[in-house]
Amino acid sequence: MRSPMIQVENVSKRYRLGTNQLAYQTLRERLVDIARPRLNRQKNGKGNDNTIWALRDISFEVAKGEVVGIIGRNGAGKSTLLKILSRITEPTTGRINLYGRVGSLLEVGTGFHPELTGRENIFLNGVIMGMKHRELARKFDEIVAFAEIGKFIDTPVKRYSSGMYVRLAFAVAAHLEPDLLIVDEVLAVGDDQFQRKCLGKMSEIAGEGRTVLFVSHNMPAVINLCPRVILIEKGTITRDDESASVVRYYLSSHRANNALREWPDIATAPGDDVVRLRKLSVVDEGGEACPSVDIRQKIGIRFEYDVLRPGQQLLPTFSLITEAGAVAFWASDRDPQWGNSPRLPGRYISTAWIPGNFLNAGTMLVSVTITRVRPTHRHLYEQGVLSFDVMDRMGEDTARGEFTGHFAGAVRPLLPWETQFAPKTE
Amino acid sequence: MITPASDSKSLARSSKTIGTTHKASTPPTEPLVIIEANDSWGSVNLRDLWAYRELLYFLTLRDIKVRYKQTLLGGTWVVLQPLLTTLVFTVFLGILVRVPSEGYPYILFVYTGMLPWTFFSYAISTSGNSLVNNAHLITKVYFPRSILPISSVAARLVDLSIGFLVLVSLMVYFGVRPTATVFLLPLLIVLMTLLAMAVGMLTSALNVKYRDVAVLIPVLLQLWMYASPVVYPAGLVPGRWRQLYELNPMTGLIGGFRTAVLGGPINWVSLAVATSVIIVLLIITSIRFRHLEHQFADIV
Repeated sequence: MRSPMIQVENVSKRYRLGTNQLAYQTLRERLVDIARPRLNRQKNGKGNDNTIWALRDISFEVAKGEVVGIIGRNGAGKSTLLKILSRITEPTTGRINLYGRVGSLLEVGTGFHPELTGRENIFLNGVIMGMKHRELARKFDEIVAFAEIGKFIDTPVKRYSSGMYVRLAFAVAAHLEPDLLIVDEVLAVGDDQFQRKCLGKMSEIAGEGRTVLFVSHNMPAVINLCPRVILIEKGTITRDDESASVVRYYLSSHRANNALREWPDIATAPGDDVVRLRKLSVVDEGGEACPSVDIRQKIGIRFEYDVLRPGQQLLPTFSLITEAGAVAFWASDRDPQWGNSPRLPGRYISTAWIPGNFLNAGTMLVSVTITRVRPTHRHLYEQGVLSFDVMDRMGEDTARGEFTGHFAGAVRPLLPWETQFAPKTE
Repeated sequence: MITPASDSKSLARSSKTIGTTHKASTPPTEPLVIIEANDSWGSVNLRDLWAYRELLYFLTLRDIKVRYKQTLLGGTWVVLQPLLTTLVFTVFLGILVRVPSEGYPYILFVYTGMLPWTFFSYAISTSGNSLVNNAHLITKVYFPRSILPISSVAARLVDLSIGFLVLVSLMVYFGVRPTATVFLLPLLIVLMTLLAMAVGMLTSALNVKYRDVAVLIPVLLQLWMYASPVVYPAGLVPGRWRQLYELNPMTGLIGGFRTAVLGGPINWVSLAVATSVIIVLLIITSIRFRHLEHQFADIV
């Protein structure tokens, strides 16, 4: 057994809603509070209806050199845990032992001041994150080189482009050398290239044998970086195991309802007096709603909608969005029978089939719209209304083949390859 | 509460060794940091503050740089602010009302009060708002929270030293020579800084909890100024109010400042009273601040 870096023992965190713990008060409210009859107050206290346990009895241990992912839905308590570990807020009960210097990256560029120059901000931001002045002076050239800002180093950062700003901020963060690095969703900002750079740096840090806690919604990144994953649900740890199995459990338990949406009441269904959406689903070959699909299998996006007024040319369209927020593609109904002719009132069921071995592995969000063609008018637009998971496979009949590394991109098509060969002639 | 274990450096080193050898099956005897809930009435952790002295320095530097970069006239304001108020009071109180000024030209008399007062009141108003204004830091990163109000006060010391230039010019103009009492100045400035820190820290902590405090600060400071011998000599205060008046530490400090610059007998009693009040205030603030500190990130 390796020596521990973090020992978390029975940590709980309670927030009081509406009173002084979660939001600041004005003096008047406080005075009213004091003046309120005692009995009344006690009733409120006993009812406990305005307290929330953001974390409840969390215990776990992380050994030195481990890279651990923390996943969970928004509001499950991940951020609270990170804040407690970073010493930003204190637990209500419980205890944490930290056996090393902690660097937390809850955002990049904490404390950057727009009026100060890049040089001044490097020092300010670095010291805020816990680096020593001497350490910063030593790494200064390295940081500037990493940020690729060159001669702008003595320009106030308010004149930087947003790209330069983020690069500089991340460059400082990347040179933090704590024993334990805590990273929260930092990778959610910035463009693709920047995210790749962040991920690269993260795996570099992990490779150096330093301890990393990585909180993210980006499941592929979590699986790639972290051998072990902790799942937090409603403030408690429900899974703590090898990453692929925890992520699989998380996705299957949380996405099940997302493969199907129904609107039983036509009055509140998305749409207007021309068309109303009644049901949306992600279906497998057999037409059953299915939250996850083998990467080799085809999958359908099924629209069920009622056309209420005759004579409109309607175009159901959907788009797929990756976990990273990139649009994979848009697709509209191109069936000549329906696309170019006015519709009669009634119930329509349209399914678009996405072939197997086409999407990349990961979670896909579905946005849908139904528009009129001439003149263009959007009758409804539902963003990210469905989601499904494409489960990775390897082998002969996949685009991955025997490759085990990270496979980038929104799609992963299995393309026919042609090779022409001319043997070398002497 | 967060307690850094005894000697952080040696511990970090020892635990690192264990980590790389992978031999130890038992955890290092003592963790580097223990995080647990604690509402106890301790006082501000001075050792923690010392460990973060570089942050204190850089935040102070930031305050100074930003102040001098952002405004059009930059450093000129530091000189103009007390000077303009001095001129206003010179016209109204010195020329029209003819408030006595202990035998000195009224303008010199008021400026010797206005210079420390401007430092003091500006230090309190900036440090009183420092926690709220830096909420983005408090919710994102750990450091001893008291660094924010303390650095705001420290940054004002630069303003004070620039203001001294005007004082020197006025003294040269009116032909007033400094006497031996001038050696009292460093002590007075230290006391005033400590007082501003005590009041500023307490205000900043209350401000996080009750935002009305921000509105109250300027009003209370205005009252406080008239309750101190800034624009009139302490001798004008009627005898029966005198003891209460002396309890205001700024009475002793501003009076002392004037004596230090212009000469005359030093009022040691007054200074001793001020010092005692400042010590009491520092203790109260440090306990109250510690008590409120652990909620900052949750409510700011």
